[in-house]
Amino acid sequence: MIPSETLVKQAKDRQFVQDPNKAPTEDIHDIIFQLEKEGEWEVQRVPEPYMEVKTKYGRIKKIPIEKTWHHKSCGQCGHIPGYSTSIFWLNRKFGYDYIDPSDQTSCTAWNYYASATSNAAAQAAVAMRNFAAAAETGYYPLIHCGTSFGHYKETRMQLIHSAELRRQVRDILARLGKKFVIPEEIVHYSEWVHAMRDKIKENQVRDMSMIRATVHPACHYHKLITEDVIYDPEIYGAQRTAIITGTLQAIGVDVADYSTWYDCCGFGFRHILVSRDFSRSFATQRKIEVMKKEANPDVVVTHDTGCVTTLDQSQFAAKAHGHEVGVPVLSDSQMAALALGAHPYKVLQMHWHNTDNTGLLAKMGIDPDKAWAEFEKALEKLKDGSQQYLTWEDTDG
Amino acid sequence: MALDLRINKYADVPMEEKQRLFDEVTRDERFEEYLYGCYECGICVASCPSARFYDFSPRRIAQAVAREDVDLVYTLMNDSIWDCSQCFSCDRCPRKNSPGGLITIMREVAVNNGLSSAQEALEGYGRIVYKIMGTGTQVSPDMLQPNAFPDWGPHVKDISDNLDIWRRALPPETLHTTETGWQVDDKTIIELYLIWHMTGVMNMIQEVDEGLYEILVDVMEERLEEEGYDVTFD
Ligand code: SF4
Ligand code: SF4
Repeated sequence: MIPSETLVKQAKDRQFVQDPNKAPTEDIHDIIFQLEKEGEWEVQRVPEPYMEVKTKYGRIKKIPIEKTWHHKSCGQCGHIPGYSTSIFWLNRKFGYDYIDPSDQTSCTAWNYYASATSNAAAQAAVAMRNFAAAAETGYYPLIHCGTSFGHYKETRMQLIHSAELRRQVRDILARLGKKFVIPEEIVHYSEWVHAMRDKIKENQVRDMSMIRATVHPACHYHKLITEDVIYDPEIYGAQRTAIITGTLQAIGVDVADYSTWYDCCGFGFRHILVSRDFSRSFATQRKIEVMKKEANPDVVVTHDTGCVTTLDQSQFAAKAHGHEVGVPVLSDSQMAALALGAHPYKVLQMHWHNTDNTGLLAKMGIDPDKAWAEFEKALEKLKDGSQQYLTWEDTDG
Repeated sequence: MALDLRINKYADVPMEEKQRLFDEVTRDERFEEYLYGCYECGICVASCPSARFYDFSPRRIAQAVAREDVDLVYTLMNDSIWDCSQCFSCDRCPRKNSPGGLITIMREVAVNNGLSSAQEALEGYGRIVYKIMGTGTQVSPDMLQPNAFPDWGPHVKDISDNLDIWRRALPPETLHTTETGWQVDDKTIIELYLIWHMTGVMNMIQEVDEGLYEILVDVMEERLEEEGYDVTFD
């Protein structure tokens, strides 16, 4: 009999080698540039200088450093605004040029996935309108939302594979007086944070080594068009995406693993709005409680609107029912901003989050009461009318 | 909308009608990319959050469509697809199927044909659809009202009590809004309305929510007319 070990290699001996020549999927870049040659569309190039990162099969993805056009996220801006504020603050900290546009709509994918009251042509037209608006400014789209990022990649795939859809959307854009232009790369903000992690580390002013975090990678970041997602052999042996974990490890955070890392957060698009019992149960029972039991983290770090909202907001009711919860939830941009000395309320706007996060701040050596008093003092100027808005200059004080 | 496969709840719906909807699903441009067959391995089910909490199975959906079980697909289209969370965890299917993608198509067909299950699933959802289609951003700060989110605790009341001042305490200039996620230009909104008009999306809304359709059409036609566009949604 042939001994089985000669036939079957132990899983631990197997190495996943990132080799673009062995990638099982087509290289999107080749196709979009070919379509440009054929006059189908224009391709907006990633502005130089850029950073290079590797995606799942070892292909290179270019990440713009500056001259970015910030494609904001409905949920972040509406309900957790410190998320995007932190992204802008990081750009300003490094002196990078960027645009926070008002000529931008939501990708509308939240509605699309929740209610299906849209169609492929409408979704593609919304995407291409936003891309055209970015190209008109000469700045490069940086997508804040995980769902927009995943959805735009799906939309790009549909446009690549359907000449009819391209024709239809090109006509719509022409009637709006817009160019038909697609970015060379679709880039999520957390990829920018990941690419900047060495620079973040160089400028770090707060020690984070006493913090233990668990990571929740957003479904629409790493499960849609999975080959266009950052993987790194140094992180989880490139067996799962390196996003967030790479950033946290760079700033010295202890990243702890847990068994349900692949599970979604329970957001569910329509569920978070009209079937919240599902979202609450899933977020707490399959995510927070498992993390608590297996890793006991100080914070959960994620990188998408829906994930921060669901994982954070769901804990209130679970706690009322005596469940083992109580872990604050932040984005990687907020963690990076904290490492660089950002104010927890003026920049991170942590008062918009639900789960008590004062213990986390205290552990980092920040006095939450003092920080809150500073924020309230800043609010006085708005209340007495001497100033209408808090400015970036106020965040430095 | 509970799924009950012991009875054929829709036996009285003519087979031709079921076949017509099935054909609409398979004719969709995306269909070929979303279904290649099914090993019945259940990997999708193991990854599926909705399968843990509902009588719901992405495998059942992929299989029913692959087997061209027109009857069962009709039942699932009525009583199952709205349980999906659209997370696409099932995209790890070894057969390269996307059960979640199939469900997206099935939902669109359900909406396009005004199935009562679609109307039921979208009840209470009108305000969200109105926001996204009418304002260009979906989740607005003023949605954070304690009566809308009682299970999120007193923190929602804190936000709604302080909404104006806390929005003004945001350094990015586009975020001072309370009725929209961020400030969107008038010209941008007009372009969005024209996209809805040119892609027939309003017809889908009309199928599932006539009242919402009327409100949206009024708002859009008036805005478009002000900008000099002679556009009607009929
Ligand atoms: S997309 Fe739907 S069917 Fe697929 S895993 Fe998520 S909830 Fe389940
Ligand atoms: S993972 Fe794919 S092949 Fe396996 S049961 Fe699900 S749809 Fe079928």
